[in-house]
Amino acid sequence: MSGAIAARPHRAGWRLPRLGPLWLALPGVIFLGVFFAYPVAQLLGLSLVDPATGAFSTATYQRIAGTDVYLRVLGITFRIAGYTALYSLLIGYPLAYWLARLPDMFRGRMLLFVMVPFWTSYLVKTFAWMIVLGRSGIINALATGSGIVDQPLALLHNEFGVMVGMVHAMVPLAVMTLLPVMAGIDRRLVQAAQTLGASPAHAFWLVYFKLSLPGVAAAGLLVFISSLGFFIVPAFLGGRRETMLAQLIITQIQELLNWPFAGALAAMMLATALISCWLYDRLFGLSTIAGGSAQVSTGRIRDLGLVILGWIAALAGKLAALTRMVLGKRGSGLLLPLVAWLTIAFLVVPTLLVIPLAFTSSQFLEFPPPGYSLTWFETYFASPLWIQATIRSFLVAFATAVAATTVGGFTALALANSRTRWGGLIFAFFLAPMIVPRIVIAVGLFYLFARMGLIATDLGLIIGHTVLAIPFTLVTIAAVLKSYDQRLDQAAATLGANRLRTLVGVTIPLVKGGLVAAFLFAFITSFDELTIAIFISGGIKTTLPKQMWDDMILQLNPTLAAVSVVVFVVVTVMLVTAERFRRTP
Amino acid sequence: MTVVAIQPHGGERPPKLVVEGLCKRYGATTALEASSLSVGEGEFLTLLGPSGSGKTTLLQLICGLVEASEGRVIIDGRDQSRTPVHQRDIGLVFQHYALFPHLTVAENIAFPLKMRGRAAAEIARRVTDTLEMVHLGHLAQRFPRELSGGQQQRVALARCFVYQPSIILMDEPLGALDKKLREHMQIEIKRLHRESGATIVYVTHDQEEALALSDRICLMNHARIEQLGTPREIYERPRTAFAADFIGISNIFRGTATANGALETAHGLFALPDGARCDDGKGALVIRPEHLHLGAEAGNSVSGTVSEIVYAGSETRIIARLGDGATLVLRLGPGETVPGLDERIVAGWQRDKAVLVS
Repeated sequence: MSGAIAARPHRAGWRLPRLGPLWLALPGVIFLGVFFAYPVAQLLGLSLVDPATGAFSTATYQRIAGTDVYLRVLGITFRIAGYTALYSLLIGYPLAYWLARLPDMFRGRMLLFVMVPFWTSYLVKTFAWMIVLGRSGIINALATGSGIVDQPLALLHNEFGVMVGMVHAMVPLAVMTLLPVMAGIDRRLVQAAQTLGASPAHAFWLVYFKLSLPGVAAAGLLVFISSLGFFIVPAFLGGRRETMLAQLIITQIQELLNWPFAGALAAMMLATALISCWLYDRLFGLSTIAGGSAQVSTGRIRDLGLVILGWIAALAGKLAALTRMVLGKRGSGLLLPLVAWLTIAFLVVPTLLVIPLAFTSSQFLEFPPPGYSLTWFETYFASPLWIQATIRSFLVAFATAVAATTVGGFTALALANSRTRWGGLIFAFFLAPMIVPRIVIAVGLFYLFARMGLIATDLGLIIGHTVLAIPFTLVTIAAVLKSYDQRLDQAAATLGANRLRTLVGVTIPLVKGGLVAAFLFAFITSFDELTIAIFISGGIKTTLPKQMWDDMILQLNPTLAAVSVVVFVVVTVMLVTAERFRRTP
Repeated sequence: MTVVAIQPHGGERPPKLVVEGLCKRYGATTALEASSLSVGEGEFLTLLGPSGSGKTTLLQLICGLVEASEGRVIIDGRDQSRTPVHQRDIGLVFQHYALFPHLTVAENIAFPLKMRGRAAAEIARRVTDTLEMVHLGHLAQRFPRELSGGQQQRVALARCFVYQPSIILMDEPLGALDKKLREHMQIEIKRLHRESGATIVYVTHDQEEALALSDRICLMNHARIEQLGTPREIYERPRTAFAADFIGISNIFRGTATANGALETAHGLFALPDGARCDDGKGALVIRPEHLHLGAEAGNSVSGTVSEIVYAGSETRIIARLGDGATLVLRLGPGETVPGLDERIVAGWQRDKAVLVS
């Protein structure tokens, strides 16, 4: 009795200022502030400072504007990123449309054909295309062998090679962005349009396509921004004339140690990304990326848009009638599945072709292999360099997954329970590492870590990878929490459980599937990561992707195929497990 | 109530819609057994039944959203069985309205006219007229999500009435509204039907709604038509126990017919109404609660214990437990003496008020 009275003033003194559940997001905000926002901002600042005097200077930008080569690289980067976005949409839209129409159970299975390529390392995918498109690659071997052409076709080290590699790498991202928007479109609206007299073509373009536009724009935006920072594909599949901005940044830092200049180039890349985001936000609203509802534009532009869609529909209607005449009703009905399966083949087959090459008995990457052996796996397992890199990758990935899942989980919990306007802002901040090109983050972290003595340390790698993995864990856990019935927590509270007991006894068991999936996604993100590894991991202390990169620059060899298979298998197993966990709560 | 009953293939008005042996199978399951019916010009026909009874399938077959396994759909004398949806000239009001979220109210209503390539001036005029008809003129420039449920419903109706399709189909259009609004919209739909003279096929599982709106009701159960007739016919002359049970409240006594014109049931021997006979010897006697009164009637009474008394303003409903645990519902008008709870009562009915069903 007296204890309770005495405790009262004591408790009042203990009380924290009321920010509500958002307190849970604070560790993540601080982490991203220190290791993401600060280094990126500093990098931008660096580009505006004279390295000798420390005074404000726009000299570096003047140098960029005054040098032909840099302007050309900028132009090339925009052109390649733009075309990549365009082709990824053209190829990804029919596949996403087909997937969205499938029955739920079947779609889950088909989705793996998109998920696996999405998470497969860019290095493995690029390696696969080098084998397929090379001078003595699979296509040329088949073409010259069958006598279709007598000279090998130049498929590599030109813009064609870069576009194939880029589009192949980006179609999965486009599809994954389009799908949620398409799944949210009420199919009865298309039926309604048809009962009201719209032909199938009109119903599709005026209703379905119009409603899917925010998804199209979001996919285009994400692909464009991701493509801006690409360097793996142009480095291996492109020639000198396809040099992109990110390659220039790497050269500036690794070979010329020109920090301000690299900063200026990174700043321009970031500015482009931000301007694209701003434009998108003005036109569609950023919330659509996170699955919110799109704002509807009004006025002249909207009317014009509807008129244009009307023309497209009329044209498409004629085209459809023509197709039906040529192929018949049944034939034209098979067109969409055919296109979808061809796209899936384009996404999956090149990577699968690496597998037989890993078991070749030859010293070279010939296709088909003259014989089969386990030589290259033996080489891989016997090499201390490869094995150390593999072990390091596993350890770093594990630590990253733990850190990113914890931060992402608490932040998701904070956002799910918060109703303030800060919620949206914090969500956007946590997604930012996905929007800002990786190369910009990597360079910024390199500069920061150089002064903190974290270069060539595992901790440095883990921090860098955690920054990249947090958006994935947050989105995954937030999605699970969204469908989680908050009343269960309230029920637990009324039944006498305190906050902690509720979290441990009710919430976590129910969202376990999402947590495991988030953990595995973070693991894969780190396991596949190259950009940060190039800068942060030191000479001997490499990760698996870094070791692959170094080897691929030196010379292609069948060991790389064996390593690719190992990476591919690890990632696929993790992914299938993650998907299983995500589905079963 | 004046009801023009249109006989299949024989009414004064030409049939607007004829369905002949229409049937839909999905693999081994049958969504609709071969069914035939005919709807006259300007008629309001309701497809009524519990969920899974095939009513929505029949509707989708008529409008062409689902392709029939067998049978024909004839609209205005022309076989439309193979015509694609958008060329059938039917209107469909969806259960959840299916308004286009990216178009304004006016644009939603203009949509079918645009699809038919009407002139801009005509479209503008008819959209305005139709909006006035549903009292939504002031909301023309709003988007659907800015409207209440009832307003969205009116837009959906307007979008259908605006192009005067030969038949308007409605798929549980009032299902998402609350009771008060639903009753209000029923009156609205009745008015629109009267003013436009449209032929309407309406789907619902709500028997009160069906009784209130329809010229004729097509009662469906287990993927087939159970009974087709005017509301009065179905209520007063149900043909099956299901029909009697589904429409209104019924007391049903199953039994076997005896040689001297009576039905032997678990509750005693009941006299059959004049002219009623059951062919296979088995049958059920249906007595509506309003035809039951307190007190015995020779050969037509049962006894039980009052288990519940429900006061409903204009009437009082007495629920009594019979000997074998079955319940009996009877209705007492205002001023009648209400028995007490657990009191033993005897209830009787006039022989001709009962209906014998199969």
